[in-house]
Order: sequence, then structure tokens, then C-alpha cells
Amino acid sequence: MAFFLLTAGAMYNPECMVDSRIPTEDTQMGERSPLGWFLAGASLIGSIPALILMTAHVGFAGFASENGVSMLQATFMVASIWALPANIVLIGAISGGYSIVATAIAVGLSSIRLMPMVAAFIPEVRGSKTRKRALLPLAHFIAITAWVVGMEKLKHVPRDMRLTFFAGLGITLTTVNTLVVAVVYWLSAGFPPLVFAALFFLTPMYFLSSLWGSAHDRSVHVAMVSGLLLFPLVHAVAPAYDLLLTGFIGGLVTMIYVRLMRSGSS
Amino acid sequence: MTWHSFSDWWWPYVFILLAGAFPTYIWRFIGVFIGGRVREDSEALIIVRAVATSLVAGVIAQLILYPSGALAESSVYLRVGAALAGFLAYLYLGRRVIIGVVVGEAILIAGLLL
Repeated sequence: MAFFLLTAGAMYNPECMVDSRIPTEDTQMGERSPLGWFLAGASLIGSIPALILMTAHVGFAGFASENGVSMLQATFMVASIWALPANIVLIGAISGGYSIVATAIAVGLSSIRLMPMVAAFIPEVRGSKTRKRALLPLAHFIAITAWVVGMEKLKHVPRDMRLTFFAGLGITLTTVNTLVVAVVYWLSAGFPPLVFAALFFLTPMYFLSSLWGSAHDRSVHVAMVSGLLLFPLVHAVAPAYDLLLTGFIGGLVTMIYVRLMRSGSS
Repeated sequence: MTWHSFSDWWWPYVFILLAGAFPTYIWRFIGVFIGGRVREDSEALIIVRAVATSLVAGVIAQLILYPSGALAESSVYLRVGAALAGFLAYLYLGRRVIIGVVVGEAILIAGLLL
């Protein structure tokens, strides 16, 4: 953990403390009231990435039910954590009999990616008068899908309405998916095993494609392929620490690749 | 203390908050404070992103190779084959997530029915 706190500290760059970005007014989406902007964000629940996220939550409901997590517990996980990989790791740790501290470490490691994501998202979503106090509760709704959709759409929203627009998108996405998990869990009691198997397979298929697509440079692809290939090897050697070690070794492999590319190009 | 330590109805919810919600939200909290101050090309950001990506890739591999429940009874070759075909379809048929998901699922279901 100390390593991550150190790198988090290193990312803090005092020279850039003054945000010199000039807000660019962009009203491509026309004039609207604040409620209008909230609803415009909420309407993105019908977009393709949002629909795919719902299918992944359909799979999650099946996964929770298979692992003995109750419907109320599963919906509580989705609403209070709002990060699908963290939820999958949490249930994996529960069924593996992990202690609460070991579970928190495993979940925390799977959620580290949210830190750079949120850090990159804040300058996009912030208005000229936005305070940190308003950003902190809304940061809860930033996860991969809301992030991808937000980064794409926010530039078409006037700067002072961006937080309202994102609130509409984020709150709707979280609420609808929480309800999806509740309804599917309730229905799934009568599903045949084939349907369960197909539902459960939705989650890895969704992450395989969306993780690759979310990358904006080669290092993420190297890290992803390393993680996929390393996991079975690490699992065979040290099953108790398979995910942690896969993360660290995969990160190391990626950094070696980044260094080699840099020395090759200069 | 584990998930099964107490039989009270509230214990699983405390467990979810402490071991799930807290360690996830803390990163968002830190992210808000560094937001706007991070250089996109900084080495630290690349390291954090690489470790996080490998870890999530490890979760994907775990779900495909060592699943629990109904999927555990299927052949590992079928699961790996379906995932690989779905991923290749995603890569070469327009990079759309939905194509990867549909192709992977279609092959898995076909294999399970045969």
C-alpha cells in the first residue's frame, strides 16, 4: 500500500497548482435550464455503452446469486461501491473466506484505477465556480462507463452546466443498474443452469473488450495482455496472492516495455 | 473477521461498507484532490495505470479460467475459445464492445448446447 501512496504523492505536481485552463464556452447542444441539462445527462441511459453496462450487471446478479450473496446485499454493493471490478473482487474474496482487512486490500487495489480516472475527469467536469465540496459526492458516480461517456459528451455542454449534466448521467446510471441487479436476481431463481452460465460469461466478455477500448496508449494494452497471461502462472505458484502479484508483475513488465520503447526511439 | 464472523443481519452490510465501499471511494476522494494537477505523461501515472490494468486483466482471466457455479461445469477450452473468438471479433470487426460480447456468448451457448 505504501508504494501507492508514494506514487500518489509523486503525481502531485505543485508547479501546476494554478489551473490555467480558460473555460471555453461551447453551446452546441443549445440553451437549456439546469433541469434540462440534468435530464439531458440522464437520457444517456439509452446510449450503447450504458446498455452494455446493464448487460454486465445482469451477469453480476447471476454471479452474486451463485456465490450465496443475497439480493439486498448485492444491490447494496452496486449502489455503495459503484465499480463492477471491485464488486467482482469483493464477492470473490467473500467466497474465498478472506478476512475483512485482506478483502479491503484486494478491493482497494482493484479500485486504484479510479484515482487517475477521477483526476483526469475533474478538469473536464468543473465549472468556473465549482467547489470541491460539490465534486466529492459526485465523484462516487465516476466509473468506467460514466467516465467514457462523460469524456465524450461533456465538451458539448456549457462549462457551468457540466456538473449538472454529469449528475444526471451518473445518478441515473447507478440507480438503473442497481434496479437491474435487484430485478434480475429476483427473476433468476427460476433460470436454468445454461442461462446462469451465459449471464456469468457476460462480465469477462464485457471487460475484455471495454478495457482494451478504454486505453489511450500502448502501455495499457501491454499491461492488459501481461495480466491475462500472467494470471494462470501466478495462480499455479501462489493462489493466495494471485491477483496482487499479477498486478505488480504485470505493471513491472509494462514499465520495462515503456523504457525499452523510449530508449529505442531516442 | 470474515464475512461469516457474525450472524447478525447487519454484519454483511458493515463488511460491504468497510471492505468494499471505503477502499473504493478513497481513490475517488484522492482523485478529486489531484484532479487537474497531474501531468498526463508523468511516469507515476503510467505505473499506477499499468498495475491497475494488469490487476483487472487478472480478474478477467480468473472469471474465464476458474469460474464458480454453473459455468464451472463447462470445458475450460470452450470458455477460453469463446473468449478469444469474441475478443478477436471485437478487434477486427469495428472495435465495438457489443460485437465482442455477442460473438463470445454465441460460441459459449452453442458449445454448451452441443
